[in-house]
Formats: sequence, C-alpha cells, structure tokens
Amino acid sequence: MDEEYDVIVLGTGLTECILSGILSVEGKKVLHIDKQDFYGGESASLNLTQMYNKFKPSALSGADGKLPEAFGRDRDWNIDLIPKFLMANGELTNILVHTDVTRYVEFKQISGSYVYNKNGKIYKVPSNEMEAISSPLLGLFEKRRVKSFLEWVSKYKDDDLSTHKGLDLDKNTMDEVYYKFGLGKSTQDFIGHAMALWTTDEYLQQPARPTFERILLYSQSVARYGKSPYLYPLYGLGELPQGFARLSAIYGGTYMLNAPIKEVLYNEDKTFKGVITKEGTARAPIVIADPSYFPDKVKSTGKKVIRAICILNHPVPSTGNVDSLQIIIPQNQVGRKNDIYVAVVSDSHHVAAKGHYLAIVSTVIETDKPHIELDAAFKLLGPIEERFMGISELYEPLEDGTKDHIYISKSYDASSHFESMTDDVKDIYFRIMGKPLVLKPREDSQNDGN
Amino acid sequence: MNATTNQATSIKLVLLGESAVGKSSIVLRFVSNDFAENKEPTIGAAFLTQRVTLPDDTIIKFEIWDTAGQERFASLAPMYYRNAQAAVVVYDLTSPQSFLKARHWVKLLREQSGNNIIIALVANKLDLCEEQAQPETEQEETEPRGNVRKVAKEEGQKLADDEGLMFFETSAKTGEGINNVFLSIAEKIPLKKKGNEQESATFNGNGQSENSTSSNGRIDLNARNGSSEACGC
Repeated sequence: MDEEYDVIVLGTGLTECILSGILSVEGKKVLHIDKQDFYGGESASLNLTQMYNKFKPSALSGADGKLPEAFGRDRDWNIDLIPKFLMANGELTNILVHTDVTRYVEFKQISGSYVYNKNGKIYKVPSNEMEAISSPLLGLFEKRRVKSFLEWVSKYKDDDLSTHKGLDLDKNTMDEVYYKFGLGKSTQDFIGHAMALWTTDEYLQQPARPTFERILLYSQSVARYGKSPYLYPLYGLGELPQGFARLSAIYGGTYMLNAPIKEVLYNEDKTFKGVITKEGTARAPIVIADPSYFPDKVKSTGKKVIRAICILNHPVPSTGNVDSLQIIIPQNQVGRKNDIYVAVVSDSHHVAAKGHYLAIVSTVIETDKPHIELDAAFKLLGPIEERFMGISELYEPLEDGTKDHIYISKSYDASSHFESMTDDVKDIYFRIMGKPLVLKPREDSQNDGN
Repeated sequence: MNATTNQATSIKLVLLGESAVGKSSIVLRFVSNDFAENKEPTIGAAFLTQRVTLPDDTIIKFEIWDTAGQERFASLAPMYYRNAQAAVVVYDLTSPQSFLKARHWVKLLREQSGNNIIIALVANKLDLCEEQAQPETEQEETEPRGNVRKVAKEEGQKLADDEGLMFFETSAKTGEGINNVFLSIAEKIPLKKKGNEQESATFNGNGQSENSTSSNGRIDLNARNGSSEACGC
C-alpha cells in the first residue's frame, strides 16, 4: 500500500479507539494500526493462554501448553489487564450512548461498593443520606453529621447563596468543609476515598469543588440503577475498544492489526508525515498514538502501578456472595499514601469459566517490595487459585502535539473508573480540532428493513 | 408498518469471507433485491436488518453484520462474531484462495462458538460459471468467458458435510439462490417457546427490554433518554 489518510491512529487502546470512532463519524479518513495481533492494547481483555504467555510463559510450556484443567475452556476467559468500572452517570456512559456503541456492548451493574476499615473488616459504602443513617460504619453522632453534609451536597446551587451554608466551593478547601460539618478522620476517609474516589489525601488542601463534583457523580451514579455506582461490560472491558473500533470501521475506518511500525516518517520541519509497516507506507498530516509508539516523546509520571490479577473459585468472603464488587482500602487505614483497590467480577459477566471469580488488586507503588504492599487486600480475598502480577509505569506526553502533529495519550492510571481517560480523549480532540468535543446522536445508524 | 402480531425473533448473522467474494452484494441482494457493480463498502450502518416469515408465520429478523473496514488486513474484532447465532461464510468459486480462507473461518467459528452456531457455506459468483450458463445474452463481459470455475461443487459440498454446514451455490448478480440461503438458515433457527424468552436476546439489540434493568441485571443504557430512539422495529 501507499496511501493517504486524514488521521493515522497507533494502538487500539480505549482512548485511541474512541477518538478513531468519533473522527470517522465526523468524516475523517482513518487508518488504525496496532502492533499486536489483538484489539485493546493495555485496555484489552485476554484469554487464559494469552495471560500465561504474557505473565508466566514457563507455566504452560511445563504442561505441554495445556491450561490447568480446573479453569475450563480458554474462550470462557476475558481477563482485563487494567481494572476499571464505568460510572453509571459518567462521561464514558455518555459517549457510549451518543455514539450508539451501546448496540454492540451489553452492560451489567457491579453489585456492591465496599470500603475497608482499620479493624480489618469491609463495609458497604453508604451512598446517600438514608444509607448513611443505617450504616454500621458510622457512630450515632457521626451519622447525623454525615447526613447533614450529604444534604448540603445535594442541595448546593451555585446561584443560591442560602444553600451554601457560608462555604465557597472555589475558595474553601475540602479540609475546611469537613471541619465545618465536624466530620472526623475516618469519615473523611470514606467520603474522600470511597465516594469522591481520590486515591491520596492531596485533595484536602485543594478547593472543594472537584471533590464536591465527584461526590455528586458518585451519588447520581448510584441513584441511576441502585446497588453501586458502577457498570461493567459483559465479556470484559476489552469490548469497549472493540465497540468503538467497529464504530470507526462502519464509518470507513481501516483496521490493521499485527503490524509493527517499521519506521515513522517526518517532514523537513519535523512534523509527522507517515508510517511504514509490513503493508507499505501510509501518510497522514496527524497521528494519534499511545505512549508505547513514541517512547522518546513521553516521560514517566514517576508513578508505577502494581496490579495483581487473581483467579478465585469462590466469592469474596463477607460480601453476601455477590457476583461483583469494588473494595477500596483507604491509605490511612493501612498506613499508606495511596489507596489499594480491589475490583471483582465473575462468570456472570462472561469473563471467567463457570464458578470462577476474577479479583484485580492494584495500587501505586510506594516501596521497593511492591508485592507486599498488596497484602491487606489479599487477606480479604480468601484462597487464591492463580495470580498474575505486573507493574506498569505511567507515561504522559512531553508536548501537546500541536508542534509536530503527534498526539499522544496518557497511560491508564490507577483510578477505579474511566473519568480521567475521557478527560484525555476530550483534551486530545480539542488539541487536534481546535474546538471542544460535542457529542451528537448518530443519525441513520441502521437501515431497518421494515 | 405492518400490524404484525407475531413477535419477531432477532438473529445476529455475521458475514465472513475474503475481500471481494461478494459478501456485501449477497446482503444487498437479500435486503434490497438489488445488485451494484463495483459496490462501495457500506458506510455508517451498524448492521442491516431483514425479516423473513416462515410458513408457520414465525418471523425471523436477521441483524446482518458486515465486516466493514476490518477485513482488508484480516483484523476482525472478536466482538464481530461473538454471540452470532448464524454465519454466512462466503467464497468465490473462481478463487481457490478464497475457499482456503473459508475453511479458516469455519474453523475459527467452531472454536469460538462451538456447535451452537448455524453456518452456511456459500459459493458465490455462479454467474461467472459456464456450465451453469442460461442463455444469458445481456452484456458482454470484458473478461474472457469460458469455464472460470476453480472450486468444484463437490469440494464445497465435502467441506460442508465434514463440518456440518449448509451449502449453497449462489449468484448475487442474478439473485440465484440468495433468498434460499437466508430462508434455509431461518428454518434451522431453534425457536424458543412463547413465554420462555429470557435468555433469547444475547446481545443488546435495541428495544429488547421495557425497563432499564432487566431481570438478569443487564442494563439498557439508552433507556435513560427514553426519547432517543424507540426504533420502530
């Protein structure tokens, strides 16, 4: 091939696939390439053979390449490399609905959201005033204070001073807001970490608005379907990039997997010109890529995430045998700076063979013995059948891409949801198009033969 | 719109086969009874739908998935054939290469979906084949005529017998055999008895549930802005 495109996209991670889909719908001619032979990059879901090949290549070769019998059929497994859930009221849900990618992906609720307490027990996270009142997590007096805080959040209106109770979201820090409502340290932990989903305590000294908005997102997401604020796609998160790739493809996007980049071509002014793959040369004025395609144009954020993917043959203890849940272990409760997250899904989401559960434990590394940092979480899981551990360094682009027309996404962070990923999508879109992303419902997306 | 009292059973049907064997033309012939020389790939259609009414008044609604831009470099996403209840694997009977590719797709479908999926093997471009030639005097082809068939009917039939597939020879150009492919598939669809539909919808077709949370905990994200599309199907 020797072809011209409007945009070349490298890597089929979720960020890249959403952009590819949106740009194709807008009429851009897109060539989408992945060096690997499967969709999803870092946001793929893998089968067991792929998991062993990636994390424990020797384990399979010792057994004639056969999977452990207890794990059933390979194709029943769709194991996420990165644990995340969708906020029911979050931006990714919004994008899915507006692009009609909901046609290809089916979702289930995550059954519960739990938070860990010093005493070693886990509690369901109260999501509104009523649940706060009945939660065993809080003492009697604290319940009333939490109730009054959550009422303030739900009633606060920017243009109505009487709802502000003397607080200013942009001037007061979150620490000051907690003080005003008399909320103690452990209550702050569950509000800031299990509802606002901050992973560190840095937010305490920042203006209260972002925390306020996160708590609102959490409670509105719970209010949408009940149980928990989270949704999860059947067959694993890897369905999401595939869904957006299909969107791109039906709007004319061309897909090329298993095609390592032999060479990146540049114009004389060092702007992007094209790429050479085994299929030949493709040119475009713009390239979008994940960090792995331009290692010399990204820098480490200094953060590394450890993720332990655990296979269980039983539900997580003390959760009422739910099929899925999140557990947040706030940093303070275990003497850390970063929270530990546990995301659990199971065969009911078509990600594991019958009777099996997947628990992904993750945190930002703080010591030189990262696997020990996850111990508090492992203790909550009960017996573990198999464990795959990996450490990812988080990267971000050195430049914004406007100079060389190379737009690079950020690595998927340690957060439990996709909100920072969709921020990145919108940010890259803005840098490329010079205007904000406005989602319009798709028209004539289906001919209906009747 | 017809006042159909019978509920249609939706079937996801995927098309597989090498480029240019006539997958899209087969669908176009089936859905619109039309044929276009040098057809451009369909843009913007999530999938095409067509209803078939069986002799017993059962209605089968095919949701036909085209490969779109994922076939040229053999980059189909697993999502494409996931939960497909039927597949049409097409080859060009003038191209042995495309027959090889068809074998590959059959194998892959069996790996992914087991024996639950109904597979039709279709040898297309029968019109290019002399022995079949009805006195066809319409227009002169620029290509030399003569027997261009490179894959014998027996070869196709044998693959079908070995793998438990239905087998057809068709011409999307003349329409020969096309409707028969889809009718035959429709007849083989195992129908659920009335009132026993809970697991029938295996993917998120639109309008499948009345409320946003169905009994098995699946969620219809579109339900919230109920106005978006109640889709008149």
